[in-house]
Amino acid sequence: MTTLAFPDVAWLPLLPLMVIGATALLVLVADLFSEGPDYDALGWLGLIGLIVAAVCAALLWNQSGSTLAGTLVLDRYGLFFTILFAVGSGLTLLLSMNYLETTDIRSGDYYTLLLFSTVGMVLMATSVDLIVIFLGLEVMSIAAYALAGIWRTQVRSNEAALKYFILGAFASGFLLLGIALLFGASGETLLPRIGEVAATGTGEQRLLVTIGAALLLVGFGFKVAAAPFHSWAPDVYEGAPTAVTAFMAAGIKAAAFAAFVRVFVDSLGPLAGDWRGALWILAVLTMTVGNVSALVQRNIKRLLAYSSIAHAGYLLVGMVAGGENGNAAVLFYLAVYTFMTVGAFAVVIALGRRGQPHEDLDDWAGVGLRSPFLGFAMTVFMLSLAGVPPLAGFMGKFYLFSAALEAGYVWLTVIAVVNSLVSVYYYVGVLVKMYMAEGGVEAEATSARPYLFAALVATLAGTFLLGLFPTPWFEIARRSVESLI
Amino acid sequence: MHEVQPAVVVENVTFLWWIPLLPALGVLFHIFLGRRVGKTAVSVVGPSVVAAAFIVSLVAFIRVWLGPPGLVLQQVLWSWLPVGSLDVRFALQVDALSAVMILVVTGVGFLIHLYSVVYMHDDPGYARYFAYLNLFTVAMLVLVMADNLLLLFVGWEGVGLCSYLLIGFWYDNDANASAGKKAFIVNRVGDAAFLVGIFWLFWSFGPGSHTFSFSEIAERGRQLSPAVVTGVTLLLFVGATGKSAQLPLYVWLPDAMAGPTPVSALIHAATMVTAGVYMIARLHALYELAPISLDVVATVGALTAVFAATIGLVQTDIKKVLAYSTISQLGYMFLAVGVGAFSAGIFHLLTHAFFKALLFLGSGSVIHAMGGEQDIRKMGGLRRYLPVTYATFLVGTLAIAGVPGFAGFFSKDMILARAYAEAPMLWGLALVGAGLTAFYMFRLFFLVFLGECRADAHTRAHLHESPRTMTIPLVVLAVLSVVGGYVGLPEFLAWGDRFSAFLAPAVGGSAHAGGHPHLALEVALMGASVFVALAGIAVAYRFYIQAPQTPQQLAARWRRAYQLLWNKYYVDELYAALFVRPIVQLAHVLWRQFDVAVVDGAVNGAGGVVQETGRWLRRWQTGNVQHYALSLLVGTLLLLGYFLGRG
Repeated sequence: MTTLAFPDVAWLPLLPLMVIGATALLVLVADLFSEGPDYDALGWLGLIGLIVAAVCAALLWNQSGSTLAGTLVLDRYGLFFTILFAVGSGLTLLLSMNYLETTDIRSGDYYTLLLFSTVGMVLMATSVDLIVIFLGLEVMSIAAYALAGIWRTQVRSNEAALKYFILGAFASGFLLLGIALLFGASGETLLPRIGEVAATGTGEQRLLVTIGAALLLVGFGFKVAAAPFHSWAPDVYEGAPTAVTAFMAAGIKAAAFAAFVRVFVDSLGPLAGDWRGALWILAVLTMTVGNVSALVQRNIKRLLAYSSIAHAGYLLVGMVAGGENGNAAVLFYLAVYTFMTVGAFAVVIALGRRGQPHEDLDDWAGVGLRSPFLGFAMTVFMLSLAGVPPLAGFMGKFYLFSAALEAGYVWLTVIAVVNSLVSVYYYVGVLVKMYMAEGGVEAEATSARPYLFAALVATLAGTFLLGLFPTPWFEIARRSVESLI
Repeated sequence: MHEVQPAVVVENVTFLWWIPLLPALGVLFHIFLGRRVGKTAVSVVGPSVVAAAFIVSLVAFIRVWLGPPGLVLQQVLWSWLPVGSLDVRFALQVDALSAVMILVVTGVGFLIHLYSVVYMHDDPGYARYFAYLNLFTVAMLVLVMADNLLLLFVGWEGVGLCSYLLIGFWYDNDANASAGKKAFIVNRVGDAAFLVGIFWLFWSFGPGSHTFSFSEIAERGRQLSPAVVTGVTLLLFVGATGKSAQLPLYVWLPDAMAGPTPVSALIHAATMVTAGVYMIARLHALYELAPISLDVVATVGALTAVFAATIGLVQTDIKKVLAYSTISQLGYMFLAVGVGAFSAGIFHLLTHAFFKALLFLGSGSVIHAMGGEQDIRKMGGLRRYLPVTYATFLVGTLAIAGVPGFAGFFSKDMILARAYAEAPMLWGLALVGAGLTAFYMFRLFFLVFLGECRADAHTRAHLHESPRTMTIPLVVLAVLSVVGGYVGLPEFLAWGDRFSAFLAPAVGGSAHAGGHPHLALEVALMGASVFVALAGIAVAYRFYIQAPQTPQQLAARWRRAYQLLWNKYYVDELYAALFVRPIVQLAHVLWRQFDVAVVDGAVNGAGGVVQETGRWLRRWQTGNVQHYALSLLVGTLLLLGYFLGRG
């Protein structure tokens, strides 16, 4: 009789992952015993779990190691993203607790799915094995498909989920095929070994690796919504419940970038000569398509969707630049982006009421004058997204673009700068509506929605903190990418 | 060039931050409490925070003035970006140049705030107005007090945003809203160049520690290749042509007159539009390393001065005339800094702030009295009804026309003298411009205040002088429009050019060996400019008082030329055809291409959600996802092609 060898497991690197996973299960069980319609307790449970996970990750900061046959690693890169995901998901939870009251989403599953999706994200960021990364991606995505469609009485929500699922499956197919080709070339799924083959391979081996890399680019490009693989994003962002949209824009995009950067820098670094040029083109295309399309949008969620596409483009600029500064700039920007985009969606939620989402820009007329706090918050987020100093968005772009310049990509930088100047137009357009027009809707007092208020305060604080005192945070990002190169 | 930089003495102080902070507190007050506490409180807080900032600015000014030459007051608030090779600080500084600027911003700013209390009193957006106006003051102060280029850019963007908000303040009028938009977009073009210039500068400094402070830029600039310095300074200047409304980006300023008149006075005459001049004076060390850039600056300035003046000749809207005159006067400032006369440029900036703010506020008083009428053909004879406005407007007009004894004379003369020494051709242009200025300003003055009143009976019955709160700022500015010039007399008169001596440590230039022309030549040049000014006034007198039919006859005789000027050389039409329409079309094409799915849904909106979503679903079934999947597939194939093509 053969005994199945249980691999030698070091538990420490798994700690944050297990905390989030356990919380998810706990919420699932607790849901059985909670009598709706008030699901706040579940939200609190999730929130506590995420905080504990973030604290664990912070405590592990100076540790390193690997586990499960080397497929999962404990390094600062993974820890940085673990904390970022915990923050992003935590903010989303805060948003959701008040948001769900205005919807027909009467289900504790919402919180469970959100937490499981986060588990997938952490897997993606901490794994160095393509199969495990793919596993993480699917865990994250499947939960996200379900979340997009969780407002079952809304046709738009259903449609968004279905579209996201079909196209996501399509993209996963490419990703998986790419993984298969890399495996075929190297006989390995561990990133470092694939890297060796990429560096030394010749002939057929080299061809397989090249095609594999291109297919991985498609798969990740889809997840980060880079043009021309972005077409799903506006529809899905608009159709999904707003809190879920915030989650997708911040968390899922960050997770996709976490794996994207690790795979391409770590294992496919030797092929950089090939993929840098392709990424250059994708970056330019993504920024331009995102910004130009956003100019004509009248729906705030759609506008933010195109803005999110454009921001994926800026992040690709950082990847093209590469090196310690370029990669660190990507990490820093993802943190910045989490705060400002979740904040912007929080304002969108704050303006909505039961049965009246108020997503049309015309609904926003005069809101800035009637609700000074919401107006102030939206002003900060819009200006930060536009990259106006001294807010976080400016610092993020500053690091990204100077890294590109330092790496010698002058034209790319010029295009990126011009793009972000174009973007000012539609961001300020929102402000103009809010301050210089009349006749919109009345927002409910934020004091009546304590969780939402807390989320707004937290995102505002983050947007100011990272903008005014960016240095220590950038330093953390820089330390986090040291283990990559 | 060749003079030795005077030693700089840095003194760390802790009070500078109050200068921008006080108006910033005003902004918060207006936003959060403004609507609750009522108009009276807003009327008190709005101007007082600026007055308080003025007092602190005065303290800073006096310390710089009485301190050793080259004293720079500095306050480092915190290290903003101390990472790797970069160490940008959030630091404020006041040297001689900044000291002059903060006095102008808070001093003239205070008068205009005060004037606004009455002018805007019945406006429903009263608190909002003062919030924007205070916010503008904050941004402008940050711009002129920044100790590094990045912080300057913070202020630069901030004033642009406020200008945009204030131009479109009366947003219910479509024309106003689109004027705001135009200002915004045109400035974007300039700012793009400006930002690229900053990045290029940073990039070319290479490794090593950077603070981006102006002293460091001056220091390191010397090690850069001339080509880089020229490129960077030209790009920054393109930014300046946007902000300061020079050729070819001046088109937004005349439209910006859609904003409330005090805004035109503060932002579009006295302060914000001079930011480009300030920026070049601030970076004078860099510009002096790039003679080509300086030539470009001077040439653009001189051309703009004449170009805008010719358009001003035929305009009939009182504020438009003043707008073109502002563009023209800014041209003189750029001419000054372009020929290396940085202190002369700033001197003209100072006197212009006085007399142009005066003229705008005076025009506001006229418009107020006329019940909103801005067409000078419907005015006339207002001297009797508005005596204070009349007298102060006359002082402003004499000052801008360059009549001896008034402020504008001294500053313009200083520019012309230096221009003659450096570039006689440009001096010739500037002289022509001076004559045109005297003509169109007196044309305006005669048509508005002298002759017969051409207003209808109803308007005439309501003509009245403005209340005290509006006329006091006029009187103060009128006094400044006279005495302001005496700080910078020609070298051979009385106490000479104290202004340039004061500014010398900050912008250099005073100790210029051989820079000053011979005494006889200087007097001759002065005579020439006095002559053209008087000639301009005489012609205006002949045309509009003695023989009022002359202008029509001339317009009929020179129909083509008149049409060309009347239509402002068709520049707006040209830009629309070249840039605006193609871009709008591109956006629409892209939109349709990538956005087919929602066109209907978004447009039709609220009505029939079910029907709408049904149609959506049908669309989706008939191929939307396939369409998306197809784009995904095509992208994949192209990407594969790219990879294989390389491999």
